[in-house]
Amino acid sequence: MTARARNFMLATLAASVGLAGCSTSDEETTASSSDGTTATAASDSTLTLYSGRNEELVQPVLDDFTAETGIEVKVRYGNTAEIAAQLLEEGDNSPADLFLAQDAGALGAVASEGMLTDLPAETLDSVSSTYQSADGSWVGVTGRARVLIYNERNVDASELPDSVFDLVEPEWEGRVGVAPTNASFQSFVTAMRVQEGDEVTEQWLSDLAANDPQIREKNGMIVADVNDGAIDVGLVNHYYLFELADEQGVEVDELDAVNYFFEGGDTGGLVNISGVGLVGEQSDGDAQALVDYLLSTPGQEYFRSATHEYPLVEGVDAEESLPTLDSLDVPDIDLNDLEDLQTTVQMISEAGLS
Amino acid sequence: MATAVALIPLFYLLLRTGQAGLTAWWERIATARVAELATTSVLLALVVALACLAIGVGSAYLVTRTNVPGRRFFAVMMALPLAVPSYVAAFTWVSVADLWSDSARFEGFVAAAVVLTLYTYPYVYLPVAAALSGADRGQEEVARSLGYNAWGTLWRVTLPQVRPAIAGGGLLATLYVLADFGAVSILRVDTFTRAVFTAFSAGFDRIGALSLSTLLLLITLVILGAESWTRRRGARYVSSGARSASAPADLGWGRLAGLAAMSLVLLAALGVPALSMLRWVDEGVSQADSLADIAAAAGGSLAVSAAGTALTLALALPVGILVARYPGKLSRALEGAAYLAHSLPGIVVGLSLVFFGVTVALPLYQTTALLALAYATLFLPLAVAAVAGAAAQAPPSLDEVAQSLGYSRSAVFRKVTLPLTLPGIGAGAALVFLTCMKELPATLLLRPTGLDTLATELWQATGVQRYAEAAPLAFLLVILAALPTWLLARRSGISAGPKLAKQPTKIKVVETQ
Repeated sequence: MTARARNFMLATLAASVGLAGCSTSDEETTASSSDGTTATAASDSTLTLYSGRNEELVQPVLDDFTAETGIEVKVRYGNTAEIAAQLLEEGDNSPADLFLAQDAGALGAVASEGMLTDLPAETLDSVSSTYQSADGSWVGVTGRARVLIYNERNVDASELPDSVFDLVEPEWEGRVGVAPTNASFQSFVTAMRVQEGDEVTEQWLSDLAANDPQIREKNGMIVADVNDGAIDVGLVNHYYLFELADEQGVEVDELDAVNYFFEGGDTGGLVNISGVGLVGEQSDGDAQALVDYLLSTPGQEYFRSATHEYPLVEGVDAEESLPTLDSLDVPDIDLNDLEDLQTTVQMISEAGLS
Repeated sequence: MATAVALIPLFYLLLRTGQAGLTAWWERIATARVAELATTSVLLALVVALACLAIGVGSAYLVTRTNVPGRRFFAVMMALPLAVPSYVAAFTWVSVADLWSDSARFEGFVAAAVVLTLYTYPYVYLPVAAALSGADRGQEEVARSLGYNAWGTLWRVTLPQVRPAIAGGGLLATLYVLADFGAVSILRVDTFTRAVFTAFSAGFDRIGALSLSTLLLLITLVILGAESWTRRRGARYVSSGARSASAPADLGWGRLAGLAAMSLVLLAALGVPALSMLRWVDEGVSQADSLADIAAAAGGSLAVSAAGTALTLALALPVGILVARYPGKLSRALEGAAYLAHSLPGIVVGLSLVFFGVTVALPLYQTTALLALAYATLFLPLAVAAVAGAAAQAPPSLDEVAQSLGYSRSAVFRKVTLPLTLPGIGAGAALVFLTCMKELPATLLLRPTGLDTLATELWQATGVQRYAEAAPLAFLLVILAALPTWLLARRSGISAGPKLAKQPTKIKVVETQ
């Protein structure tokens, strides 16, 4: 493009912004002033957070943080994967100071491009090494357990399987709900590959596909269908049950759907994380302050009650209706090993499960 | 200029896949799975396009040329499904499926074809209805007078006359289906777009996702070629500029069949979402956002859509007029370029603008301006088609007369061409505006940090199963998008039919027989 053409394009753009009226001018000013990586985390106490987690869940705790510290947080909400793609595309020019992600894989992808700044030891020390990056580039904020959700009217607790491997047996034919295109299912399958090897995992996937699984696009749909009795059991994360109870305005134990936690270190009992990392060079400690707030007692308590996830910091207990994090017999898997999602996705689709 | 904008995503795709190298690209796309995806995508696009042509052309004919009861009402109503975003539509269809069966799942190819058809056919209906009401009826009368019956006239004269509108609408519908993500993901059909999104979300495989997208471009090129071939075969008919009145065809009992068919389409397309939203409100306890929040989101939607529409129209006007007035290889290529990006998934166009923003226009990054540019890239063909359609129906002889009377070229443009094209510009503006309102993936990537729109708020609410909170947002989004749709149907003169019908001119036909 020639310089003249570019100028004309900019002029046209400017004109169209003018047409849009003044409601956009605020954002415009802030965005234009934040065109460098260092200018953003400015001494004027503002920072920019890219959130791959839902606004409904995250905004309240950010408001608390601002009230506490006076630091303004500008937030871009999006899907974790798309925000990760955006960050990678922005590279050094990213206006982001922090990345809050729904799973370890997204943080790993951004970290492997060298875009995350290492967190200080005192921050990392507050969370078990199980739930943080091996090189200190990101730290877990909350824990999300994989469960088998079941309908207590249709399935007796004594019938429940000891392992996800039992779900491919004939007795479970047509009864198991899965969301194969969902990131949490894909992390779980990746964990199975780490724990049991690719061959066993491929076999399990094709057996599952042959067992007439009830495929849904989202975990929430599985939970709703299990609660209605349309499906008997489903592989999901533990907190979807609480979301359903919240929307129906009832207590969790009033629902027909019940969470079942696999024991004995079975892959089905994987605990994944939502986590946070610092993006790029930090000119001041504002972003670090937010990370520390998320890991503080009020921050962790907020997530416990708002998202029903597991707090990861010592001294903050999980929701009462949940088994404690320590009591869970989680599989021995390093979350840093769950990076190879591409092969997983390929295996899932080759098994005929997407 | 306009073409440069449309080519940003193309440039980006080639750059990124080029970085990975030709062999890496070939390895990604030369697989059995990709072939499968391509087949499904193309098949879905074809099936939906054909169904859209049937419903779109059929209803356009019914409301403009026949005495079907309530056609003035239907003329406007038939356009309204366009106001429903495909992700909202698909979701509402899935959530009412339990009403007729506990076990049946509303999903798969057929489900997707039905949903996409019901919300895409207005892309055909609107231009065809507008062209039909603007077309010269003298030729139809001549055909009738020469002994053709109603069917013969329709096939031999009327439809060929509006062939460009039919082809253009069909093309837009086809490309829309290729690019759609919302409906196919919720209804679980494995198409290209879904694979592109999966590549992003699983393994953060940008290059894989972009390699897949290049194939979508190739498919689009083939479709554009096919469309241009049908256009070459079709003659161009130009109206005399004067609208003659003529009586509508009497369908007899067929009137009721037409009425029933159109009612059924509307009931399915608008009734199902309405029913679903009512159930969400009824069953959920999540609180709707405060009125102030909803108003702010609505304001955000209107502001970014207005900016997007203004920029899109500014870019489309020269291309549209060029295409209509100076048909040739160059204008054809320009037009084709405008269509290319339309088949790309919103996230790919969004990412290409992220790239463009951080490398070329950093001060504009994450401002309304760059979002408007993304809208222009995505929706340029909608405006180009509307402008070109209107410019093609305005007789070029008027331009020539003006020029021969001593007007300069720019004066001819200002005083003759532009006024004659205005209805098309209005129609294009309305169409682009409502499409901007519905857009989600590019909006998420490029909106100013902190700015909410109805589409993004709706996405947030459904993301955590707060359907009672989502319902008013979805409702408002549909209503706001319905306003321009309504204007679009009114302005294009489609619903002016009954007035003309009052002046009987059938006598002429009778005499010559």
